Amino acid sequence: MIVRRARVLIVWIGCIAFAAFVVARARYITDLSAFLPANPTPVQQLLVDQLRDGPASRLILIAIERGDAAARDRVSAAMVDRLRRDSQFSSVNNGEVAGQRDREFLFQHRYLLSEAVNAERFSASGLNAAVKETIDNLASPAGLLFKSLLPRDPTGELLNILDQLARAPAPQSRDGVWVSADGTRALAVAQTAASGSNSDAQSRAIDAIRSAFAAAALNSKQVSSSPQSSSSPQSSGSPQASVSPVQLRLSGPGVFAVAARAKIERAAVRLSIASSILVVALLLIVYRSLPALALGLLPVTTGALVGVAAVALGFGAVHGITLGFGITLIGESVDYSIYFFIQSRHARNVAAGPNWQQLWWPTIRLGMLTSVCGFASLLPSGFPGLKQLGLYSISGLLAAGLVTRFVLPALLPQDFAIRDVTPLGNRIAGLLQGVRRIGRPALVLWSAALVLLAIAVLYHDRATLWNRELSALSPVSLEEQNYDAQLRADLGAADVGELVIVSGPDMESILRGAERAAQVLQGLVEDKVIGGFESPANYLPSMATQETRRSSLPSAPELRANLKQALEGLPLRADRLQPFLEDVEVTRHGPLMTSRDLAGTSLDAGFGALVLHQRDRWNALLPLRSAAPGRAIDMARVVAALNDGKVGEARVLDLKQESDALYADYLSEAIRYSLGGFLALTVLLLIALRSARRVTRVLVPLVMAVLTVAAGLAVCGVHLTILHLVGMLLIVAVGSNYALFFDRQPHATGDGEALTLASLLIANASTVIGFGLLSFSQIPVLVALGTTVAPGAFLALLFAAIGAPAANADAQPA
Amino acid sequence: MRALPLMVLSVFGALCGAAASSSASSAFNDLDEIMGLLAMRQHGRVEFVEQQFLKVLSHPIESSGELRYDAPDRLEKRTLKPRAETLVLTGGVLTVERAHSRHVMDLHAYPQVQPFVESIRATLAGDRSALERLFHLDFTGSVARWTLTLVPLESKVKQSVAQVRIDGARDQLLKVEIRQPDGDRSLMTLRPSTLP
Repeated sequence: MIVRRARVLIVWIGCIAFAAFVVARARYITDLSAFLPANPTPVQQLLVDQLRDGPASRLILIAIERGDAAARDRVSAAMVDRLRRDSQFSSVNNGEVAGQRDREFLFQHRYLLSEAVNAERFSASGLNAAVKETIDNLASPAGLLFKSLLPRDPTGELLNILDQLARAPAPQSRDGVWVSADGTRALAVAQTAASGSNSDAQSRAIDAIRSAFAAAALNSKQVSSSPQSSSSPQSSGSPQASVSPVQLRLSGPGVFAVAARAKIERAAVRLSIASSILVVALLLIVYRSLPALALGLLPVTTGALVGVAAVALGFGAVHGITLGFGITLIGESVDYSIYFFIQSRHARNVAAGPNWQQLWWPTIRLGMLTSVCGFASLLPSGFPGLKQLGLYSISGLLAAGLVTRFVLPALLPQDFAIRDVTPLGNRIAGLLQGVRRIGRPALVLWSAALVLLAIAVLYHDRATLWNRELSALSPVSLEEQNYDAQLRADLGAADVGELVIVSGPDMESILRGAERAAQVLQGLVEDKVIGGFESPANYLPSMATQETRRSSLPSAPELRANLKQALEGLPLRADRLQPFLEDVEVTRHGPLMTSRDLAGTSLDAGFGALVLHQRDRWNALLPLRSAAPGRAIDMARVVAALNDGKVGEARVLDLKQESDALYADYLSEAIRYSLGGFLALTVLLLIALRSARRVTRVLVPLVMAVLTVAAGLAVCGVHLTILHLVGMLLIVAVGSNYALFFDRQPHATGDGEALTLASLLIANASTVIGFGLLSFSQIPVLVALGTTVAPGAFLALLFAAIGAPAANADAQPA
Repeated sequence: MRALPLMVLSVFGALCGAAASSSASSAFNDLDEIMGLLAMRQHGRVEFVEQQFLKVLSHPIESSGELRYDAPDRLEKRTLKPRAETLVLTGGVLTVERAHSRHVMDLHAYPQVQPFVESIRATLAGDRSALERLFHLDFTGSVARWTLTLVPLESKVKQSVAQVRIDGARDQLLKVEIRQPDGDRSLMTLRPSTLP
């Protein structure tokens, strides 16, 4: 006996040591990719990459609010100036064409960038028309801005290029700084060098923006309180303090990810501590014994350790969410030790009877296996996070069960004693008797009515029962999402919307494809099918196009002759335009532009946002804008036009619809797997109990609990997500233990029933506490779990207890 | 943005004219009284022809259109030829609208522009002392034919505008000339509007 005990302990310690070794060496991921689906098709791959690492994921939207317009502009300019020198950002833009670098780049490459450049443009008549137009422009104050450029750019190519770029939905600007439509916010956009899924880098970038803002705001305050501004007549009347200080607000995928991570970490820590304290307190009150408490936590801690180790071995890396919430999922294993302590006490008291291992373990084992069946349905899920939680729960529960069965008895001291909970059990039994006195037919009727009502509610809400949008899982609050949408609308930043994607083996091929697609799309703009579109080729034309433009530039003597002819009758003398002749000659013999030339300009961000490079595939993204706000784009016409235009490599993607469809796929897949898990559980019970009637008795309370909770959530206006589904699995997993104990009741007698009731109630209380706390978190994922499992577990116990009388009646002499 | 004061001024000069144009003729022969009359205007509408004399060009370029003023602070310069463009100054905000684009500028943020905004207000309000805080004023001629010359006092402003010369007859503005430090200049000739 002692040898056996030693052997058990050695095996256990060996396992723990190995698991600890694996856990210590495991890689942990803290981004949100746990709930981004894994990637079956190329289009979905593109989508996932876009969400996770795409250029859009690297955008940080910056808003400066409050204060007065002048202060906001000053702070915006100073902040952006500082951030532009920070290598963490690939670009920072607040609308100031200021980017001296931008202007230089556009001006230097004007004959390669301008769509107006062709051979005709540089003929005598073409030059005449272009110069005439430039001179006309000079007549206006706005055109005067270009006065000094005339000798180098008499055809006005810079203005052409600016117009070309302005086709993108430009934000409103005031004093050259972007502002919101209502003018109350100054806006800027930063693009981080690091990918959006690198939360640590995103976090550092956000800190850099905050400190740049703080420094700029401080400076601005000093400027505005300097004597200079007091010369303004208004400010002498109103005190400076009446203007509130400027405020910074950030948005964007990286900002959300960082905030969500912090939120989840905070919530995980806070909730874990709170629920640990409550559960420990509960156990202390029940056991009145510290050794019992320590021993009681062994199964769950071993389970957690083994769970993490299993995930690390199985997946190579552990998601933060697995680490944070896995333990909640295997909270059921705290129940195992509760059952063990309370029930083994009884088993020992009944000296001649069978011991705990024979009397109770089979029931716990069956309960554990049903839970495993339930969690197994998470394994095939498309979401890595759910897969991991499935593996974690299964291995954790098995480990906890084995520890309860083998290690706890081996460690139990001879004089081990916990408080006698028989009185508690008797009181519950009394309560139950009261309920049972209502009579079985009445109870069946009530239950049937409840189930029917729940089904009626679910049927009535069937259309809206499930939330089929990916954003349902987002830890970002609705307010934050709306604010983000507002900023994007103000900035004209492409939201996740409709795209034309041109794919190819290299950058040149996709730029050519984008140019061909652009011709088709321009026709659609004219037909008002779409309002506009963006293309990476606007920033960097394909080599072929650049080459065409370059070769259309005439030689110096030819250009000189054409120009002489063109200027006849115009108020411009040819000798003034020597710099123009020189610049054209430089371009003629100079190199073509490459993406490297964009570096350091704000155009780089625009270009980078529209080009995706995945392994051996290149994709150009051409986001479409609707012809009028709120009007849907007729995508069928876009597809037809692209087909007619023989732009074969172009595909059309409705990103929002696609991602929601993707999520809906996963959701229905999860529902299918869950039903599969339920089926497996039923088969398991049939094999174990060998009685359809008993299986029914075990399952009915669980199904009732699930239906009631689902109906309750529906009534409260909650749309169910994948996480609610996981919660329902948990109801079945935890509830099956209760139901099985009531099922085996007939074999227990007297104190046995009271103790079962007491241990079940305590186990249930710990579950309800643990999950109940989750409902108070701010994170939708956790609230979903909490609000499903806490009431569900309690209802499962209640229904199982109420449903038990039949068994009891069988056992009682009539 | 060095050209900005120039843009503002080109609106400004014109609008002074707009404000003045429709006033009934009277016999004030003093700057204060002329300005007082300007301030009484609630609406003004006038046609303009503007010539730009640029060194880079061998002869001047011409644009024309209409100017409007609505009290208290809405000023509009609508250019019709050679290409349509509208500048609107409301309060301290300048909006430039062309065929495909629209720019909004809050002039408060440009300290070097502030004087012009103030001077527009001051002129339309007939506040001569406010004008004198920002410009050196030189009034010559007679009521029948007078010239008002404004020279900016601030050096920053002087970088883009050397001086503004307004010619008038009684309370009618006839010409507004803006000289730039590089020698380029614009000349705006005004007459009562005949546009629909």
